Amino acid sequence: MATQAVSPNLSIAHLPKWRQTLSNALIITRREVRDSFRDWRIITPIIILTFGFPFVAQFLAGKFLGFVSDYGAEIVGERTIPFLLMIVGFFPISISLVIALETFVGEKERRSLEPLLSTPLTNTELYIGKTLAAMIPPLAASIGGMLVYLTSLLTGSIGWRPPLALVIQIMLLTVVQALVMVTGAVVVSSQTTSTRAANLLASFIVIPMTLLIQAESAIMFLAPDAESPNGISSLWAIIVGMIVVTVLLLRVGNAVFNREELLGRTIDEFNLKAIFSNIGKWIRAVDAKGNPARNLLHWYREGVFPAVRRLEPAAWITIGVFILTFLGGIAVGQLPQWQMHLPQGVLMTDAAGFIKPLLSVPTQSGAWMAIVGQNGGILLAALILSLFTFGTAALILTPAVYFILGYLFTQVVAAGYNPTFMLAAILTHGIIEIPVIVLAAAAALRMGAVVTKPPKGITVGQAWSMTLGDTIKIAFGLVVPGLLLAGFIEAFITPQVVVKVLGG
Amino acid sequence: MIEAYELTKIFDGFEAVRNVSLTIPPGSVLAVLGPNGAGKTTTVRMLTSILEPTSGWAKIDGHSVLTEPEMVRSKVGVLTEQHGLYERMKAIEYLDFFGRIYRMSADERKKRSLQLMERFDLTFAIEKRLGDYSKGMKQKLALVRAMLHNPPVLLLDEPTSAMDPLSAKQVRDAIVELQRDEQRTFLITTHNLLEAQSLANKIAIIRSGRIIAQGSMDELARQFVGEPVMELRVAGVMNGLAKDISDMVTVTEAGRDWLRYSVAEPQVTNPALLRKIAGLGVDVVTLSPITRTLEDIYLQVVKEDEGGKKDDQR
Repeated sequence: MATQAVSPNLSIAHLPKWRQTLSNALIITRREVRDSFRDWRIITPIIILTFGFPFVAQFLAGKFLGFVSDYGAEIVGERTIPFLLMIVGFFPISISLVIALETFVGEKERRSLEPLLSTPLTNTELYIGKTLAAMIPPLAASIGGMLVYLTSLLTGSIGWRPPLALVIQIMLLTVVQALVMVTGAVVVSSQTTSTRAANLLASFIVIPMTLLIQAESAIMFLAPDAESPNGISSLWAIIVGMIVVTVLLLRVGNAVFNREELLGRTIDEFNLKAIFSNIGKWIRAVDAKGNPARNLLHWYREGVFPAVRRLEPAAWITIGVFILTFLGGIAVGQLPQWQMHLPQGVLMTDAAGFIKPLLSVPTQSGAWMAIVGQNGGILLAALILSLFTFGTAALILTPAVYFILGYLFTQVVAAGYNPTFMLAAILTHGIIEIPVIVLAAAAALRMGAVVTKPPKGITVGQAWSMTLGDTIKIAFGLVVPGLLLAGFIEAFITPQVVVKVLGG
Repeated sequence: MIEAYELTKIFDGFEAVRNVSLTIPPGSVLAVLGPNGAGKTTTVRMLTSILEPTSGWAKIDGHSVLTEPEMVRSKVGVLTEQHGLYERMKAIEYLDFFGRIYRMSADERKKRSLQLMERFDLTFAIEKRLGDYSKGMKQKLALVRAMLHNPPVLLLDEPTSAMDPLSAKQVRDAIVELQRDEQRTFLITTHNLLEAQSLANKIAIIRSGRIIAQGSMDELARQFVGEPVMELRVAGVMNGLAKDISDMVTVTEAGRDWLRYSVAEPQVTNPALLRKIAGLGVDVVTLSPITRTLEDIYLQVVKEDEGGKKDDQR
């Protein structure tokens, strides 16, 4: 037994960093793939879906083509064939979800992860290794299945000659769908400790993917450019969008796939009472420990304002996007094909005449509520969608109005009118409303994006809880009162100011 | 070789480990004792750089667990609480996989695997799937995995818990051999007090995340159960012997023909005492130490800690 300590004599230190990472990751991948191929529960459906299902699809396609041809609707049949190609590719990749959940949470459940975590491999190497392992067998099966199907179509009685771009699109869609599912499964499995819980949470991946497949099928069937040599333009957009989602999910996955998270997090059961109690605690909290505020002033001073300060990076991004969107509206408004050609020579006092009859308390009260409802609704939607889009929805929904304003501003100036009335119409209440919307959009952006890069030293769950606390505080402390006040000004004061400016 | 200073780990407000400080020199064994949930595994995970300490620091073989986690993990062999084997793999494949991770050459992987499998009487099962291994065999293989890359530091979480007596002895012998001949450093967590007593140079008792006692067996015994106790048996009756020797030792108990006394330095006092008793004309039948087991010490430490906590609460 007397042996000397081993020095790593297959050193890869001379390789570039990325090669070292990949080399180490592939050690994991090889083992996992081999293990997957030893499991009949995984290999049987893969074989059937690769070598059996394409022939079933080809047979159905033939029958379907024959049927619709009898009624002179060949186009219906032809447009169904690419859909079947996609389905042939999609079924095997659905197994990637099973493998990903098995690879990550299954290993956690069997407690075989800790010995692996005790090795010198980095989190990223483990993550890449396991992600590749979850992706390779089903992706190989998927591409294999599609090739079998294509071959049978090309050589069989159907003799279908698809546009090359469409085939490439479908192949790419399949790959990115596999990427999204696997990277999503990694996030799910890092937050659970049992396969059962992971399978239940996997519906968050399956449902959107199923909806997406339906949308893609509809596009393939209805797209006017289905025969284009460059493929269907909206499918390219979906591919690009999916790549963006994959990159974001990879970031989240890499952030949550760390030793601390893997050994620490458990959300196998939902305790609604505890969740609401936690939210309540964070609304009242004035520090990171969750200590409650003594009074309203203390809550604002120690709770709300520090939360706003933590929002600073997101707020600057939001302001930047708003400005760019406004400038974008101005730029589009100057394009000749987009100009509205407003009637020229209209008297401003006439415009004031249109507004004056609306200045009555009941009308304005209704407007106030409508304005608050609409603004609040958009901000709430932005927040909810941000949670599922890593914050990007906040930067798509909220700035839209600034694009329109920039566009209208250009049209008014182009028609030869003094734009001062527009500034009056916007800035009177906008002095309050715009900062409030910036705050709300920034909070939504931070809420969605925090999972992609939690602050160092805390887990994703902790970061998310703290950000939720900040968001709730900002919402109740500033956004809701701000919207009410801005709405009041917009309904009762702005019209008066605009009438004055218009000379009415 | 292992240094830890005020290691603390807090999970969502729960303090799992508080201010744990340890020093384990090269070639020594520290046994960490404590009830389930005391913080033993969390401490091991921090020393392996799997968990980042909330505060404090630790170094393994001179490398910081905070700033050099990969280096630390390459220097330690870890036997985790659960063996965590891949049950569809054969033993030789399993060890080859871990050998690759540690960047050992193919020859070295094979040679070292065979050597260790032989050391733990597992050669016959080298081509067997791990799912077919018994619980004890699995634990031995997990230990082989931990030792595969010949790490200078071994962190073993209950290394013999699932083993039969023979296998447990093989493991204990291996630990002694590696410590003695190759100056390997061990941190062992265990519930087996006899094992800890027989293997460890130092013992740490951990409770509710704190180390409540730490030292060699003698130091702990002296601190918590007092000075060594001797039992003297004489021929016939004592006839006031207890009083006669009270200037040399503290007599704690006495019977018709026996007495017990505590003494700070038995090696110095006992020969003089025997000379005195012989001078008094009393025939000594036996003079033997009363064995104080680690169990006595452990129970006393826990009792004192509980007493201390109650006082704090008051």
